[in-house]
Amino acid sequence: MGKKNKLNRSTAGDVCIFIVLALFGSFMALPLVYAIVQALKPLEEIFIFPPRFFVRRPTLENFGTLFQLTGNLWVPFSRYVFNSLFVSVVSTIGHVIFASMAAYPLAKYNFPGKNFIFNIVVMSLLFTPEVTEIPRYMVLAKTGMINSYWALLLPPLAMPLGLYLMRQFMSQIPDSVLEAAKIDGASIHQTLWRIVMPAVKPAWLTLIIFAFQSIWNRTGMAYIYVEQYKVLPTILRQLTQSSNIARAGVAAASTVLLMIPPIIIFVITQSNVIETMSYSGMKD
Amino acid sequence: MKENVNYATIPKKKNNWWKEVKRNKDCYLLLLPYMSVFTLFTVIPVLASIGLSFTYFNLLEPPQWRGWLNYIRLFLDDDVFLIAVKNTLVFAFVTGPISYFACLIFAWLINELPPKLRAFMTLVFYAPSISGSAFVIWKYILSGDMYGLLNSTLMKWGILTEPVQWLTNPLYNMKFIIVVQLWLSLGASFLAFIAGLQSIDKSMYEAGAIDGIRNRWQELWFITLPSMKPQLMFGAVMQIAASFGVSSICMELAGFPSTNYSARTVVTHIYDFGTVRYEMGYASAIATVLFVAMIITRNIIGKLLKTD
Repeated sequence: MGKKNKLNRSTAGDVCIFIVLALFGSFMALPLVYAIVQALKPLEEIFIFPPRFFVRRPTLENFGTLFQLTGNLWVPFSRYVFNSLFVSVVSTIGHVIFASMAAYPLAKYNFPGKNFIFNIVVMSLLFTPEVTEIPRYMVLAKTGMINSYWALLLPPLAMPLGLYLMRQFMSQIPDSVLEAAKIDGASIHQTLWRIVMPAVKPAWLTLIIFAFQSIWNRTGMAYIYVEQYKVLPTILRQLTQSSNIARAGVAAASTVLLMIPPIIIFVITQSNVIETMSYSGMKD
Repeated sequence: MKENVNYATIPKKKNNWWKEVKRNKDCYLLLLPYMSVFTLFTVIPVLASIGLSFTYFNLLEPPQWRGWLNYIRLFLDDDVFLIAVKNTLVFAFVTGPISYFACLIFAWLINELPPKLRAFMTLVFYAPSISGSAFVIWKYILSGDMYGLLNSTLMKWGILTEPVQWLTNPLYNMKFIIVVQLWLSLGASFLAFIAGLQSIDKSMYEAGAIDGIRNRWQELWFITLPSMKPQLMFGAVMQIAASFGVSSICMELAGFPSTNYSARTVVTHIYDFGTVRYEMGYASAIATVLFVAMIITRNIIGKLLKTD
């Protein structure tokens, strides 16, 4: 496992790849490094002239101010943290399960309506979300879910991206493997959970990242008006978006804080994506 | 179970449609939880929006039927829409393809690295997409006064004598939005490609070497790309959605509305009518036109890749 496959690889090529990646990697990383640096700058350094990229006297002042601001809220700050984590974790797990269940028949079975269902799911990815917000609000209002956890938990369960991603990966599993399971008497559920899901591990690990991150970053501002169900991005936006330029450092601090949980999820899942050697033994 | 085996060999005919449905009831049961939530929160809102595109709807009074009037106004009577279309086409046919190939190339190059470094580089390239708002940092870099990092650096080096309005001057703003959009664009497609590369059967490369594949380029063209067609199509759809849908980055960086509408895109146009002017019917008509354009693009790419 540890030893790299050296087939058809030249050292010169390896060096070139490394240089290209280092070059573009720094372009990708520098603005984010700048965001972190901004968050560590004391107030006088944010307004120093000429502006500096690096911080001379790093401080946690901005984070301190942020916590001070959160200390005076109507409900304790931990409530928002809990809401965010609760909604993100439950919806992510639910979404991966729902999407995988729906993706399997679409990838590997033939039944009436299959193409129709698949096409509307993919097409819905292409409809501008800005205009569906109002009808979606009406659906939530009609079903009495405004101002409850349901408004945050339920809609992400059926994000079209997840189904499409899972279906694409499942369609690559050789039919012979599934036929063999069927002949052994496995039901569709057993095949799905015992054979298909382990085979598409890179897909659902990747989906966990997408789902967690998009649910985590949702503000749900249109659906939630009571304090006890608001989530972190909403409250941090309320605190830092007072268009007060002196809060520039605090805003950077809150951006950095909000990025931490998705990065943790990313590191955990992505290292597993790279570890897995999925269905290398399966052949058609 | 017995049913499954019995009917499996019978060829599909139109008249035993109902039998087909019954035989596959397990499939429908698996689809049920997802599809019910999907219908409630996606299908109904999308259909409602398409329906609203034929009405005048200001969110306060009930919608009034207008027929094709919104569409006629859009194509014949809206000059700003033309600017929006022009900018969106730049994103769709320049930024979109560039970032698609960037996703593919970087995913492939990163896949060549040893595992530890691979995980780290994936994070570096994906990190800009993790936060919904991290791109706002570019406002500090490109700020139009002397405090902007780009302005102050160029002035220190003597290239500029006075600060340039990078984001509000129509000469420059689209160029910088394109740079930031590219910076942000290694998202879903990129990670799907990384995962797709991990799913390729390694023994195929050994077999390829025996069949005469000599270098990594041939390996990419003859083995890697053909085996990840489903991911390539997924990536294409995600890129279409992202590049036709560029909006918040334009509004955040170039301001809203931007100077002479220079950074207006179709989706910021939708936002303008839907959220600022309360003309939801007209906004829905724009969204429907955009939807059709994206579907056509998707179908063309599907034909090119010969997959769905």
